[in-house]
Amino acid sequence: MLDRSGAVMVRDSDPSTAGAGFRPARFGLAFPGTAGSVRGALTTVRSALRGMGVPQETCGIVEIVLAEVLNNIVEHAYAGNAAGFVELDLERREGALAFEMRDWGHPMPGSAAPDGQPKDLEVPIPDLPEGGFGWHLIRSLTLDLSYDRTGSANVLRFLVPLNGVATLQ
Amino acid sequence: MELVCRDTGELRLIKVAEDRIDAAVAIQFKDLVREMTEDGPMRVVLDLSRVTFLDSSGLGAVVAAMKQIGAGRKLELAGLTPNVEKVFRLTRMDTVFTIHPDVDALGLGLRHAG
Repeated sequence: MLDRSGAVMVRDSDPSTAGAGFRPARFGLAFPGTAGSVRGALTTVRSALRGMGVPQETCGIVEIVLAEVLNNIVEHAYAGNAAGFVELDLERREGALAFEMRDWGHPMPGSAAPDGQPKDLEVPIPDLPEGGFGWHLIRSLTLDLSYDRTGSANVLRFLVPLNGVATLQ
Repeated sequence: MELVCRDTGELRLIKVAEDRIDAAVAIQFKDLVREMTEDGPMRVVLDLSRVTFLDSSGLGAVVAAMKQIGAGRKLELAGLTPNVEKVFRLTRMDTVFTIHPDVDALGLGLRHAG
C-alpha cells in the first residue's frame, strides 16, 4: 500500500566515511509517485545538495529539472490506475551531478524521451501554449540524458553541470 | 494560495504572496487571477518578487492568466527572482511578456499609495 502522505524515505546518504567536515558524495531517496509527494521530495533533495556543498544556482536548476521529471512521472507514467514508487539516486562527480531516476509506471511513448522542441510563440496571444514546456526545460538544463525501459522500470539518467551558467546557452 | 490585490491609479497590482507556483497550485492560481481581473483597470501587473520557484505548470498558469484577462488588456510581470527568470528565458516566454525588474520600476510612488 502506498504511503499517500508524501513521506520521503532517505535510502542512502553514504555514511561510510562520515566525520568532521565530511560532505557526502551520494544521496538516494524513494517516495510515492503521487502529486502530493513532489514538493517534499524536492525539499529533501535541496537540503541534501546543500549538505554536499552544491552552489545555490545549481540547486535551483536541479529543482526545475526534478520538478518536471517528477510531474511527468505522476501525470503520465503513473496515470490512471497505475501507482508506485519513485527512486532517485544522485552522485556528485567531477564538474557535474549525476542523476538516476526510476519508476515502474507506463513506458515513455515510442520508448524514447521526448526531444523537447521549443514551442512556437510567434502566434496571437489566444493561441499561446499553456503546456508542453517541461521536456524543453529538462533538455536545456541537463547533459547526457538517456532513457531505458529495464524490465518494468523506466530508468532516466542525466547530468546537471555544477558550473550551470556556462553550459546553459 | 494567497494573492494580494490593490489598485493604484490606472493599474491593478496583484502580488503573489507565495514561494511557489507549481503543479500543486497552478489551477487555483489561474482561477484566483481570473476573479481578480474580472473588472478594474485595463493594466494589470503581477508581482512575482516573493516567488522563488515556478515549474512548467506554473508557467502555463501565468500564460493562461494573460490569455483570460481578454483583448485590449495587458498582464505584465514584475520582480522575477533568478530561478523564475530562468524558466521564462529558457522557454522564451520572456519575449511574450512585458517584464519589469521590480514594482518600484513602475514609478508608481507605491510608498504613498497605501
